[in-house]
Amino acid sequence: MSETLILTKRWGKKDSATLASYRADGGYEALAKALATSPAEIVEEVKRSNLRGRGGAGFATGLKWTFLPKDVRPRYLCVNADESEPGTFKDRYIIEHDPHMMLEGIAITCFALDIHLAYIYIRGEFRRQAEILEKAIAEASAAGILGAKLGGKAGFELQVHVHRGAGAYICGEESALMESLEGKKGYPRIKPPFPAVVGLWGKPTIINNVETIANIPWIVQNGGAAFAALGTGKSGGTRLFGVSGHVKRPGIYEKPVHYNLKRLIMEDCGGTASGRPIKAVIPGGSSSPVLRGDEIDVSLEFDAIKAAGSMSGSGGVIVMDDSVCVVRVLARIAKFYAEESCGQCTPCREGTSWMEGIVEKIEHGHAAAGDVDKLEQVANSIAGMTICALGDAAAMPVQSFVRKFKADFLAHVEARGCPVGERGWGVLQESREAVVGGIRY
Amino acid sequence: MSAPDRKTPLDPSELPKDGVAKFDAELAHVLKRFPEDKKAAAMIPALRIGQEIFGYVSTAVQKLAADRLGTSPARAEEVATFYVMLDNEPVGRHIVEVCTNVSCCLTGGERIFEHLKKKLGVENKGTSADGRVTLREVECLGACGTAPAMLVDEEQHERLSVEKAEEIVGGLK
Repeated sequence: MSETLILTKRWGKKDSATLASYRADGGYEALAKALATSPAEIVEEVKRSNLRGRGGAGFATGLKWTFLPKDVRPRYLCVNADESEPGTFKDRYIIEHDPHMMLEGIAITCFALDIHLAYIYIRGEFRRQAEILEKAIAEASAAGILGAKLGGKAGFELQVHVHRGAGAYICGEESALMESLEGKKGYPRIKPPFPAVVGLWGKPTIINNVETIANIPWIVQNGGAAFAALGTGKSGGTRLFGVSGHVKRPGIYEKPVHYNLKRLIMEDCGGTASGRPIKAVIPGGSSSPVLRGDEIDVSLEFDAIKAAGSMSGSGGVIVMDDSVCVVRVLARIAKFYAEESCGQCTPCREGTSWMEGIVEKIEHGHAAAGDVDKLEQVANSIAGMTICALGDAAAMPVQSFVRKFKADFLAHVEARGCPVGERGWGVLQESREAVVGGIRY
Repeated sequence: MSAPDRKTPLDPSELPKDGVAKFDAELAHVLKRFPEDKKAAAMIPALRIGQEIFGYVSTAVQKLAADRLGTSPARAEEVATFYVMLDNEPVGRHIVEVCTNVSCCLTGGERIFEHLKKKLGVENKGTSADGRVTLREVECLGACGTAPAMLVDEEQHERLSVEKAEEIVGGLK
């Protein structure tokens, strides 16, 4: 059976990002079809498709849409293109190769939800991708698709704008994204109320990931049932898995949402580049709990991998062979969350730096066995104690690395240093200095 | 906080007039994206425009942006100091940002960063003595499949090696 490709089918074609090319392949026909039906029917179709958010949380898209209060206007759409979770690199390719597919998704979504102003919030580092989007919006507006008359429909105006962030991981969190879009620092809001009820400028707002939105045209064109059939259970469709690290063929793979992780790594990506055994796999971006090399024979479907103790999050798979020092990897991950904690909640602001410090202490051989327990304690004191999910995101890798690789942590304590050494990661451990909270390791 | 360096412009009146005119022209373009009563939303783009024109986001630039957007200077400062891509101090002519997150390090990102530090004679966030390059270690750039990666003046460079990175940075004027 040949695999159905939704998102990547036009990648690599010449000028695939242009309106002419998109139209030649049937682009914007789904919009025309949508405009001929009723908004309620589109929402039903999306519910039927079992499309779940591709940004990381995996929340049912159609259900999210129904949370909009019936009679409050205006409503807004924010497309989350803040892709910053380490290991995640899929949305940028949708934008680079097929921006009109995403714009068509935006157009259909806005028609379905009676939204007339949409923002694409894109991380500041993606300058080129922002320019591609602006060009595509200009093309679609000039062709009369976006603007005063959506797809030529009188009386339905839709304006779409690109808004560039300026470097803050936290702005990928939906309420921080809205704060940032309002011209403030990215402090997440307390929920509830959820954005669908009180969002941008206090108005009902739907926030969907780039990949999520890009699936909408296909669903409208082929039906929700066909989309659901590509997946399994309550998860429909295909999704983009980005594989990086020690694999022979890193890159983006579009696979059914319940694809097997081991098959993805060993068959599609050709296993490790070195031929060495796999030590660890982070299956869904750096915040997802790590899996040992012998635990990867699992389905990547949201609920299945959750049952296996991890999550498929943003679809960013990081593979590490057995040359790697897992303590050093965790030190880098801990540093990331310490850097990116917005500072609003005390457990996260203080705890992330503590965790980084303790992991560095272990890695540099200054720790006692009790420090490994202390590390877990700090992680447990952050999880669930913060306004947004960044606290959990910082705690989960620490908890899982310590639990799954405890022997490696204790070996560092025993050896009073890193028993693994450099092994291709970077500078030698002995000459590497880490400064955390004023303490030099 | 140390006392502000008086070379740092504190008030918009200290900024070059033609620069301010350019700022206003570019800001007017950005403001079209927002409802008329939501001008303050343009804070990030406004500060970015200011940074491009005046070199960095000084106190004067913050006040200028706040004034034009009808909001308080505190709001401008909160944004200017929160986002890492907004520079609050003078920087080199070029900005080189090397990712050292996990996927990049698994393929040599830290090695590249350490090499560039030595080559340029700087520490993280430092500017080379000739004012040519500011070097920074940054978080994931969304190029994990084509790691290791760096940004040079916001332009993506991927699939790097130490040699290639050195060549790119060496070629900056």
